[in-house]
Amino acid sequence: MGMTTGIRLPEVIASCAFAWIACLPAARADDEEAARIARWVQVQRAVFADRQVLDGASVLQLEAPQRALDPALVPLTITMTGGKPVKGVYVIIDNNPAPMAGHFVFGPAADPRTLKMRVRVDQYTDIHAVAEGADGRLYGVAKFVKASGGCSAPAGSEEGTDLGQMKLHLIDTFTAGKPMQAQLMIRHPNFNGMQMDQLTRYYTPAHFIRTIDVSYGGGQVLHIDSDISLSTDPVISFGFVPRAKGKLKVAVRDSKDQSFEHSFNVPATGLVPQGA
Amino acid sequence: MPGLVRNAHADTAFSTTQIAPGIHIRRGVDEDVTPHNDDAIANTGFIVGRDAVAVTESGGSLRDGERLRAAIRQVTKLPIRYVLMSHVHPDHIFGAGAFSQDRPQFVGHSLLPRALAQRGEYYRKRLEQVLGPGTAGPVMQPTMLVQDQAQIDLGGRVLELVAHAKAHTDCDLSMFDRETQTLFPADLLFVRRVPSLDGSLKGWLQELSRLKMRSTQRAVPGHGPPSVDFAAAAAELEHYLDSLLVETRQAIAHGAEIDAAVRTVAQSQRNHWTLFDDYHGHNVTQAFKELEWE
Repeated sequence: MGMTTGIRLPEVIASCAFAWIACLPAARADDEEAARIARWVQVQRAVFADRQVLDGASVLQLEAPQRALDPALVPLTITMTGGKPVKGVYVIIDNNPAPMAGHFVFGPAADPRTLKMRVRVDQYTDIHAVAEGADGRLYGVAKFVKASGGCSAPAGSEEGTDLGQMKLHLIDTFTAGKPMQAQLMIRHPNFNGMQMDQLTRYYTPAHFIRTIDVSYGGGQVLHIDSDISLSTDPVISFGFVPRAKGKLKVAVRDSKDQSFEHSFNVPATGLVPQGA
Repeated sequence: MPGLVRNAHADTAFSTTQIAPGIHIRRGVDEDVTPHNDDAIANTGFIVGRDAVAVTESGGSLRDGERLRAAIRQVTKLPIRYVLMSHVHPDHIFGAGAFSQDRPQFVGHSLLPRALAQRGEYYRKRLEQVLGPGTAGPVMQPTMLVQDQAQIDLGGRVLELVAHAKAHTDCDLSMFDRETQTLFPADLLFVRRVPSLDGSLKGWLQELSRLKMRSTQRAVPGHGPPSVDFAAAAAELEHYLDSLLVETRQAIAHGAEIDAAVRTVAQSQRNHWTLFDDYHGHNVTQAFKELEWE
């Protein structure tokens, strides 16, 4: 399943991280539209080969900001509307150097209704969410996002001592058998190898999360194949169904083959979200 | 006593105001960079001592710096010995190249070289996309680094320098003119123009408290009017930063995601600041990233 780095496509790395460049001339709208469609045909073939992607409007929805406030941190929400049972979701950022941001596969302990994540966006792009139905078919929806520079923008250079640290927020209160939404936070630079140190002219070596496995009480909740388009310190929200009190286990493996594992009590014990 | 220098490019004259004896400030425009404003958006200026001149901020492009240099030469023939580089942002560093011929000390925070290495060339390219090829100016490197505190002397006129902890950015340098008790907090103080957060929200509030401990006659903010009462202006900024801190924490505690927080946090501040919609959402995003790991 970890095939995502194989489809890195040649791309001009474009543009800017700051609002002060918002005045760059835009390409003509009709050119843009044609280019977007052509790009999606290209990316679709690279990811799904000959499999057809059907209109997914009745299966899932994708929420994304029209204009990103921080191109290195663009929040996405994917909602399964219940039109079809869904096995997993592909998140594809068409114009990123590595378009596949992640493949999310739901396990038996998942509540697949809502997925949230934060991604990098390198230039104006369509973002596609493609659900794979239990029927084996692909259902896609798209949003156009105006953001640029999220991949090549210089990032802070330090790799913290807290690499692999995790936090889990349980959004809902625990009731056995009732779906719960959880937010998983992972400390990881997720360097994509594209930020150049302008002094040494070297690129900060790529160091990113390849897989995340989440299980509950021995049952798989989520398997994620990810790539360089997840933001630094990835934050992912997902649903699961706890049959009884237990532990949510998270296992992360990165591109340097480092592994990080944590388990969290459900319901949380002695942990209250801090607030003002 | 404003000095006037005509220039071919900008529509308006370059003018400085003497806000205290020997301190001349050019007010930046409350805009983002456009092909028409030469990135002259920060408050720049200079201080004239008995023996020498210090440039408090050099400007946002080579042209912006060249105009400042011409304005200095209309006021004094004294050598320009120091050029401050208050932090890494482009509107505060690209005027510095205009002063190479004066061979001054370029003064910066000890972490400025690292920040320039990460971003300088990137900023230069982006700036030239707006202003045109060859217009941004070189990325200058500081020649005098301040790690904690330092002093420079213009001849009986001592300027105190403080290198701050991570606040507006990770390389903020402030200056204090003892003679007139004028503080130059650079972008640790925004007035009317909405602040931009690129360092640490909690750090910024701490560094503001630190600056307030000193008795100050006036301050020259990085953006806003050229001379303000420091306590009053800092209070308004703190009000914004506090709202950002408290309301972002609340949003996190309620399990909100960043996009929701951007819509709700500190919206009561909207009418108090120009360019609010251009920067506030980004500030909430930065605050969220910092505070969600508390």
